[in-house]
Amino acid sequence: MLELTKVEKSYDGVRVLGPLSLRVDARETVALLGPSGCGKSTLLRLILALQTPDCGTIRFERIQLDEKSAQSARRRMGYVIQDGGLFPHLTSKENVALMARHLGWSDSRVDRRTAELCELTRLPADALERYPSEISGGQRQRVGLMRALMLDPDILLLDEPLSALDPLVRRDLQSDLREIFAALGKTVVLVTHDVAEAAFFADRIVLMRDGRVVQSGRIAELLERPSEEFVTRFIEAQRSSLPEPAA
Amino acid sequence: MIRPAGRRFGLGARHLLMPVVACSLLQASLAVSSPTVTIGSKKFTESVILAEIAAGLCRDAGAEVRSRNELGGTRLLWNALLSDEIDVYPDYTGTVRHEILADRPGRGDAALRDAAAAAGAQLSRGLGFENTYAIGMREAQARRLGVSNISDLRDHPSLRLGFTSEFMERADGWSGLRRRYGLPQRDVRGLDHDLAYRGLVSNSIDVTDLYSTDAEIREHRLRILEDDLSYFPEYRAVLVMRPELAERAPAARRALARLAGSISTADMIRMNAAVKIDGRSEAAVAREFLAERFGIRGQLDEREVVRSVLHRTAEHVSLVVLSLSLAVLVAVPLGILAARRRRLGRLILASTGILQTIPTLALLVFMIPFLGIGTAPALAALFLYSLLPIVRNTHAGLTGIADSLIESADAMGLPRRARLRRIELPLALPSILAGIKTAAVINVGTATLGALIGAGGYGQPILSGIRLDNFALILEGAIPAALLAIAAQGVFDLLERVVVSRGLRGDARARQS
Repeated sequence: MLELTKVEKSYDGVRVLGPLSLRVDARETVALLGPSGCGKSTLLRLILALQTPDCGTIRFERIQLDEKSAQSARRRMGYVIQDGGLFPHLTSKENVALMARHLGWSDSRVDRRTAELCELTRLPADALERYPSEISGGQRQRVGLMRALMLDPDILLLDEPLSALDPLVRRDLQSDLREIFAALGKTVVLVTHDVAEAAFFADRIVLMRDGRVVQSGRIAELLERPSEEFVTRFIEAQRSSLPEPAA
Repeated sequence: MIRPAGRRFGLGARHLLMPVVACSLLQASLAVSSPTVTIGSKKFTESVILAEIAAGLCRDAGAEVRSRNELGGTRLLWNALLSDEIDVYPDYTGTVRHEILADRPGRGDAALRDAAAAAGAQLSRGLGFENTYAIGMREAQARRLGVSNISDLRDHPSLRLGFTSEFMERADGWSGLRRRYGLPQRDVRGLDHDLAYRGLVSNSIDVTDLYSTDAEIREHRLRILEDDLSYFPEYRAVLVMRPELAERAPAARRALARLAGSISTADMIRMNAAVKIDGRSEAAVAREFLAERFGIRGQLDEREVVRSVLHRTAEHVSLVVLSLSLAVLVAVPLGILAARRRRLGRLILASTGILQTIPTLALLVFMIPFLGIGTAPALAALFLYSLLPIVRNTHAGLTGIADSLIESADAMGLPRRARLRRIELPLALPSILAGIKTAAVINVGTATLGALIGAGGYGQPILSGIRLDNFALILEGAIPAALLAIAAQGVFDLLERVVVSRGLRGDARARQS
């Protein structure tokens, strides 16, 4: 599905990422975990071809991403960012339908798809006609998810989707999101700094530090066979919020 | 903070009429228990100007004036005067003698005056100029040939003569003139009045007949040849008045007497030209004359104020609207370009900024060699001044959009053009509109300087007011200009409510919390 090979990225001569290689298989849910500044968001941007790597290659469905292939590739990726990244001048519905409209979808097709997604994300129907500034943070995030899913993408990329929410809303959305991922059966790459969140969602956790992968595996593996001391330290630091280890 | 724009706009529209209402109230209060003088005029410019001058004098003398301008013909006015419908109207001695009294009076003014009195009308003393048939030629040619009176034409038999058809046909026209002066010219033809002037200007004829106070005399630099053998009848301008005016409105009657001998032929030509060629109103021209000659700061006639304010508003608004539309068409794309290309953007912002620092008067003067005087250079200058606020706000609006939103649009796979159209421009719209609004308000103010180069507008009365030291006249331009600026702001506030997404406005955000 997605294959990064020896990817590197520097800003102003300072390397922020790589060399890094990573493979994400179809239908796999992967969490990119790490402290802030570890390069996990940069990695997501490289996958979306919002930025190009200095060296190395990124393949999406076996096609190498470059400026030419980026645009059509992006339409097969759904991207959700903190607080939804909604356009404030468009209503929820217009936000969701923006790309479909641009591609010339009919009204009825747009309406049908919107209704499906509304049900899937449990967005109250009246929120559709409101502007982002008029709905709650949790609703904004659901609208952002609808927008990402509108064109039925092959892969869903989420950058800290829950971090702007207060704890109660966060918990609701968290469980809804996991159900949605399960229902869709799509490939998901989720960026987070929260160990609990990573463990809650992901089959596989990719722990990063200073632009490199420290360890990749299930949470149990990271706990039981840490590749270096940093793994244990990072997880221990958030231990209190970790769910009880599975029996 | 954005207040309800509709209300603010409504305020502007209502206040536009304020100076007019104030003027009428002022006049109404002054008019209490003052005598009424009704002044008529004939249906041509000169007559209306004279009536307005008479009206101004009467008003200054405390009378209330009713104007009955542009009435049918000589006979109608005379009868209206005899039947007490009007008190005063301007006429000419020749007209009264030949058309009204049918040549009954003997020669001389005294006899004419007596005959008029016997008929029931009083003739004033001559106002100072004559409007009679006259013979004219190009000033330059007359000077070269040394021609100053009609007799001199005898020495130049090769001159080409072109007369109006009426003058050719009348017994007291060309045939009589030729006999009286013994004119030798053979090349003589009949022409339409306008064609005669055009022929003279384009050198296809050398001499024509005209009326001695025609506006065209000034316009085309013509010389009136003196009627040294007194061939043409005297058509001295006078006021025809009801005899009992002296008892009913003595102050007004005395004021009218001041007009005797006060208007020269040159004065009258100038005033006719100001109306017919420069497009000023008769009342405004009369008011200026009264100010210059008698030091009368005339109260404004409300109808005149309304008419000239409307006229100037049209001029002013069209200057602003045209230059602003043009500026929007150019400045918004420039602003987009400036936001896209950082280095080019700096250049664009710097150059529009420099334009803004050029003093208005200097810019207007720079334009004259390229665009002449009048509307065109004023439009060009206003266009240039409008660029900066719009370019800068477009640039600021586009560059101020959060990176995350641009990234969101890109991440969806939206092409750049679609991103600009669907995302960036709508998000930058409040800022762009604010820029256009700023430009519009500045534009309304700057356009008053357009009057300096003949573009008209509210600047016209401001300039005249400064020249004549007439504060009321200055306000006549300054108040509507200020109100127009407020109205422009109102229009844009309204527009903002219509075109800017509710999601971007303050009230939507307020509702959330």
